Amino acid sequence: MPGTAVKPVRIVVAKVGLDGHDRGVKVVARALRDAGYEVIYTGLRQTPEMVVDAALQEDAQVIGLSIHSGAHMTLFPAVVDELQRRKATDIVVFGGGIIPDDDIAALKKRGVAEIFTPGTPLQEIVDWLRKRFPDRS
Amino acid sequence: MKVRARNPKQAWLEDFESGPVRDDGIETSTISGIPLQPLYTKDDAPRREEELPGQFPYTRGIHPSGYRGRLWTMRQFSGFATAEETNRRYKYLLANGQTGLSVAFDMPTLMGQDSDAPTSRGEVGHCGVAIDSLADMETLFEGIPLGDITTSMTINSPAAILLCMYIAVAEKQGVAAAKLGGTLQNDILKEFIAQKEFIFPPAPSMRLVVDSIEYCAKEVPKWNTISISGYHIREAGSTAAQELAFTLADGMAYVDACLERGMHIDDFASRLSFFFDAHIDFFEEIAKFRAARRIWARWMRERYGAQQERSWKLRFHTQTAGVSLTAQQPELNIARTAIEALAAVLGGTQSLHTNAMDEVLALPTDRAARIALRTQQLLAYETGAANTIDPLGGSYFMEALTDEMERQAEAYFKRIDEIGGVIPAIEAGFFQREIADAAFRYQKELEDKRRIVVGVNDFTVDEEEPIEILRIDPRLESQQSERVREVRRKRDGARATNALNQLRKAAAGNDNLMPYILDAVRAYATEGEIMQAMIEVFGTYTEKAVV
Amino acid sequence: MRALARAISMVEGRDPAVRELEDELRKDGRTPGVAGFTGAPGTGKSTLVDAVIAHLRKKGSSVAVLATDPNSPFTGGAILGDRIRMQRHALDDKVFIRSMGARGHLGGLSLATREAIRLLGGFGFDQVILETVGVGQSELEVAAVADTTVVVLTPNLGDSVQMIKAGILEIADIFVVNKADLDGYARVVAELRTMMNMAPKHGWRPPIIPTVASRQEGVDRLWDAVLQHRRHLEASGLARELTERRLRDETAEVAAELARERARRALEEDPGLAERLLSDGTPYRTAEEILDRKG
Repeated sequence: MPGTAVKPVRIVVAKVGLDGHDRGVKVVARALRDAGYEVIYTGLRQTPEMVVDAALQEDAQVIGLSIHSGAHMTLFPAVVDELQRRKATDIVVFGGGIIPDDDIAALKKRGVAEIFTPGTPLQEIVDWLRKRFPDRS
Repeated sequence: MKVRARNPKQAWLEDFESGPVRDDGIETSTISGIPLQPLYTKDDAPRREEELPGQFPYTRGIHPSGYRGRLWTMRQFSGFATAEETNRRYKYLLANGQTGLSVAFDMPTLMGQDSDAPTSRGEVGHCGVAIDSLADMETLFEGIPLGDITTSMTINSPAAILLCMYIAVAEKQGVAAAKLGGTLQNDILKEFIAQKEFIFPPAPSMRLVVDSIEYCAKEVPKWNTISISGYHIREAGSTAAQELAFTLADGMAYVDACLERGMHIDDFASRLSFFFDAHIDFFEEIAKFRAARRIWARWMRERYGAQQERSWKLRFHTQTAGVSLTAQQPELNIARTAIEALAAVLGGTQSLHTNAMDEVLALPTDRAARIALRTQQLLAYETGAANTIDPLGGSYFMEALTDEMERQAEAYFKRIDEIGGVIPAIEAGFFQREIADAAFRYQKELEDKRRIVVGVNDFTVDEEEPIEILRIDPRLESQQSERVREVRRKRDGARATNALNQLRKAAAGNDNLMPYILDAVRAYATEGEIMQAMIEVFGTYTEKAVV
Repeated sequence: MRALARAISMVEGRDPAVRELEDELRKDGRTPGVAGFTGAPGTGKSTLVDAVIAHLRKKGSSVAVLATDPNSPFTGGAILGDRIRMQRHALDDKVFIRSMGARGHLGGLSLATREAIRLLGGFGFDQVILETVGVGQSELEVAAVADTTVVVLTPNLGDSVQMIKAGILEIADIFVVNKADLDGYARVVAELRTMMNMAPKHGWRPPIIPTVASRQEGVDRLWDAVLQHRRHLEASGLARELTERRLRDETAEVAAELARERARRALEEDPGLAERLLSDGTPYRTAEEILDRKG
């Protein structure tokens, strides 16, 4: 509603590691914006430390990562660990990319809230976020 | 009573309009959004001079004999983990009938970093082979005579380095550089536009590309110095017309840069090659390939004044569209790949890579890689697709669509010109915006079910059967890191340091850098060290993201 | 740092609970210098700000950047991408970068930005940089809040200076022509000079500074100009005048915001009032009635 104070959920969206395939992350960023979220896109070649630092400065509630390079088993946990180190484990981590089903279970055990694999409708991601943050946006 | 005879076309139109219409809401335009008529007749095909294969402007093919003279090269892109394992896979593929090698490098190598660099953590060997120094390159081609095969190397920012490594390995095999044949992707402009594997800013990046073209024109004359790519642009979400236009525009930018260097067009133009996507919308792809040849030939002859025929002929490699593959019901990908490959063949590609069915999930297993190769062999030998040159030429539909592709490409060239050229357009975010918009549009169409991807937004199954996928041994990273450290220990340190210093000095000047890079490579300087020497002079580039 | 980030969120959300924190911070009362950077897309503004940050860090100052992007007014969402160009300061704890969306506020950014600036000062930042894309009214908002407004241009923006919106030339304290190494630089400068001659500014003639932000060239001159401008504001007494004017403006804006809230609440909570409004169609009388009421 224009004119009234709003506190939309803020989401930092990033590509960690060397992979530069940003088609998916950009499409998701647009969909999240259209759904009313404030999306802070930190771009390519982020390190886990950079992503977490950005999330803290921006007071984001969520971090979304996109990884197509096969390095997800190293990089997702690294982000989770960095959140722990910065005492910010309340920030929710989710992601997408080229991630085999077997790895998803392992990642969830490591603290990743959800992984959306290729072919997931954008609405599914939005619905998941809405369920997690029902009072906001 | 006289029955008024209907004009047949009129009759058909009336019958069509009064007949059934599917109400499933599916788009009848091409996947790129080009509206399609239900029927094309001779009224839609332009009256033009007859076009013939091997004759300007080569719409119907660059060789008069087509595949009757020579089949396309079956060149499967491959590489993973270590140089030894990749070497084994190459020997396997060559034994199974693959006719050229194509090297896939891992992310750290693509980004100019050694396996033991902190930013390589978790990335070594996953999407290609790890090459840190000449030592790894020697292992990669061990037992493979470089004088007898051709090799394509898919690498961009550090391309000059990898080419020098290849030349150095050949040296050790006793093969002269002048005998070497192959292709280097080396297309930095599309990195800024789509794949984002850039390191240096645009100007020094272009300098390196021109250096390599200039060097090869003299020393490695059979080498295709650049593979000007549309594949990555398409995979990033562009339409077919954008893929066509942006790729050819990049090509022209490289030609301009070489001419500015003082080269003569006929000295390098015939070694420029192209690389396109073969996507799933069948006819549009064939039209795209035909239009590409026609446009390039005209520009080379008429705008650039190239005199030699071989400068006018666009040669291209094709890869079937990775982005069309699904993780759901992945066996369907075999069918998709076959159809896409057929489009490439009917479009007259010079070489072809077919994707394996499991590539959405991981690098391909041996079995999946073999099926992909067999698909090409099936096309070549069972379907008759290779028996007639440009078999769809003359089809009203195909000719109309080819013309439409050409029109759309020319419209884009004008817009790029208005912005001031390819590099200003990159800096203005023009390409990136077009691509992001097209990608988003397509995604919306999928969500609205105006387009269907079988197994994903329709015809799904509840339980997907698990398929075996390739796993990279996680110990690989530490092994490879130890290898590169060993190379640094064992080499002649002074020689390497000296070579790097010379390179740094030359980078700050105007010399062609290839000989300096070659010296560094021979001295077993690592890829990361060579890149770092150049970064110190050129700096690095951060893009302004256009979402 | 998280406390600061959360406080800024509260300010953005117009959460009154943040006022207590502000009172606390006001006691140590540091006022950071505020420089606003504005310009059309494609001028390399973010790269320039990145270069300025580097310059300031070399001098040992701590810097906070507020980068604003217009929100989508329909859905309330936004994509905020400015921090990408400031990557090299990513892990420097003396650099704080915050992206702010306009969130469809009438009057846009100014209230939240002003409070955020005070918070940043309270948390010890020496310099604050406001960065905004030159769309809508955003330049005027920046000028209303910043001590020094820097307008960024480049040589290859079509018909450059002519195309610049009316008003921008009045708010500029400093002109930067970025990408000064490109063709057309001399023309832009000439055009600017012509325009400035037609509209003189009191006592301060905005300098035109060439920069090539991607090579860190011209940035020290730019910052010198910023400092010079601040000295001018002090020396001429304008600094105090502007501070007073700003406080008054801000107070009026806050009052307006409070009144807006009160009016909305009144119409929601008092059905009789709403009914009368709808049947009589008298917004002015209704508004006065609401304001006359207590609390």
